[in-house]
Amino acid sequence: MSSGRIIGKRERIFDGINAILMLLVILVTLYPFWYVIVASVSSISHVTNSVVLLWPDGLHWESYQQIFRNNLIPVAYGNTLFITLMGTLMSMILTCVSAFVLSRKEMPGHTLLTVFVVFTMLFNAGLVPFYLQVRDLGLLNTRWSLIFPFLISTYNTIIMRNFFQAIPNDLYEAAEIDGCSYWKYFTRILLQVSTPVLATITLFYLVRYWNAYFYSILFITDRNKFPIQAILRQILMSSEFQTLMYDDATQSMPSEMLKCAMIVISALPIICVYPFLQKYFVKGIMVGSLKG
Amino acid sequence: MTTRSVKSRRVSRTSFRLRAGKCWQLYLLFLPVAVWYILFCYVPMRDIGIAFRKFSVIRGIAGSPWVGWKNFEQMFAAPMFWRAFRNTLIISMENLVIGFPFPIVFALLVNEIPWPKYKKGVQTISYLPHFISWSVVGGLVYMLFSLNTGTVNNIIRAFGGTPRNFTGMNQYFRGIVVGSGIWKDMGWSAIVYLAAIAGVDEQLYEAAYIDGANRWNRLWHITLPGIRSTISVMLILQVGNLLNINFDQIYILVNDMVLETGETLDYYIYRVGLYSTNNFSQATAVGLIKALIGFVMVLGTNLITKKLTDGEGGIW
Repeated sequence: MSSGRIIGKRERIFDGINAILMLLVILVTLYPFWYVIVASVSSISHVTNSVVLLWPDGLHWESYQQIFRNNLIPVAYGNTLFITLMGTLMSMILTCVSAFVLSRKEMPGHTLLTVFVVFTMLFNAGLVPFYLQVRDLGLLNTRWSLIFPFLISTYNTIIMRNFFQAIPNDLYEAAEIDGCSYWKYFTRILLQVSTPVLATITLFYLVRYWNAYFYSILFITDRNKFPIQAILRQILMSSEFQTLMYDDATQSMPSEMLKCAMIVISALPIICVYPFLQKYFVKGIMVGSLKG
Repeated sequence: MTTRSVKSRRVSRTSFRLRAGKCWQLYLLFLPVAVWYILFCYVPMRDIGIAFRKFSVIRGIAGSPWVGWKNFEQMFAAPMFWRAFRNTLIISMENLVIGFPFPIVFALLVNEIPWPKYKKGVQTISYLPHFISWSVVGGLVYMLFSLNTGTVNNIIRAFGGTPRNFTGMNQYFRGIVVGSGIWKDMGWSAIVYLAAIAGVDEQLYEAAYIDGANRWNRLWHITLPGIRSTISVMLILQVGNLLNINFDQIYILVNDMVLETGETLDYYIYRVGLYSTNNFSQATAVGLIKALIGFVMVLGTNLITKKLTDGEGGIW
């Protein structure tokens, strides 16, 4: 489209307007993050009096000091890390295995297993039976309750299966002639040539475990087992804040600055790693759009 | 039974065994996966039966008395249920009518950016909110709309208006849901359209250029028709999910002051079943109705999508 284009005056005006419009999109996307970062280190009067908060009036670390007054946040970070890393590892093992088995069309019962898996995307039992099952398995109030019930994302499995199916079958046939079993083919060959999709799905799982918060509020009552996102939610719904943070109810309600600091604390890791990892995310959705 | 059919059956059975025997590793590998699906998807499905019982925690599912359709009758008689149903449909429709065009327009505009680096930068930044937790996005909403310190109310004050508690008012709740949804996922949803635009035949543009078509003509007569099938597939998929509004989003934004316009079916199920009253049977009944409607809609829309794209589209 750009080849040999003579840029007319009207086209240039359009380019200019479009560029400004896109700049506006960037600002609208980034400003909320900037706002909470700046507000978390500003004084309350500064935040109230600036119409559009652009710059802090110094560095007031009181909110952060208050948050780190006890070890609730470090513990919550530890919980989130445990859930994210352990969950992603186990999820990846099961998802790879499932996608591999479902990608072997010559296997008797292939259709049956595919229906068995895909049906769960179409119909689910609902919140209450799911909750009761988690309870019956004795998972309530453990960190495992945020891992085991969420191990397999069928959607991710299908993306990976499509990727596996797009690999020419010659690869398997050649391996088979060399006396390769399915297991050997899977571990020694298939996984080696699938790094792009593995990277993408790993990232999808990492983000999913890191960001989840609702089920931790549902399943977990012991505040020492809360992940960071659940703490953030409780602080935002500030009525539950006192009992959460302090045993003595003498502390005042959390200020907006403290909430901002808490938002920064729980969002920062994702924002920091995002620029380095974003290309894998985008690759992933492209991989997923290939239909098998 | 004739000898011949017995014989052929035996042959096919042995070959089945032979093939299955070769695949024993596959079955063994699938075993833990099957166990997981049974434990966390199919056992709960079996337990939907509590929708037809008066469930008591002490007696367990099998021991609870059977009440037939009573829970469903109660559900349909409850004004709260219809409120939640209505809210779900309205928010979904607003998401569809207002939210759906945003990623398309955004993709078209991004595609027109003539500077590759700027284009890449805009795209990268626009995807970022998709990877942020709804608890954080909810926090950002609360902070920006905060009564005393939020930017929105600060601007209103600067122009002499009266600040409002936007996040606690029924008339603004749906707007906040739709708006925050657009903010979070506009960029990410645009990827599909950008990919479709990239797939449009370059020669069409060249030909149009030679024929003297200007930028608007090319956009209207080449790019847009070129991504029409993608647009219809995405539209149909979204219609199929009409009853599913992201629960993480609703759960962080909703509060007791805005239940009138903000309580969706999922939140109603949560509130009835697990939050205030612990009416497990009632909540399961609502969940079952929602799941059944969703099942029919997703199946139906997927069939339409497959027809439209000659089997290429669809989720599976």
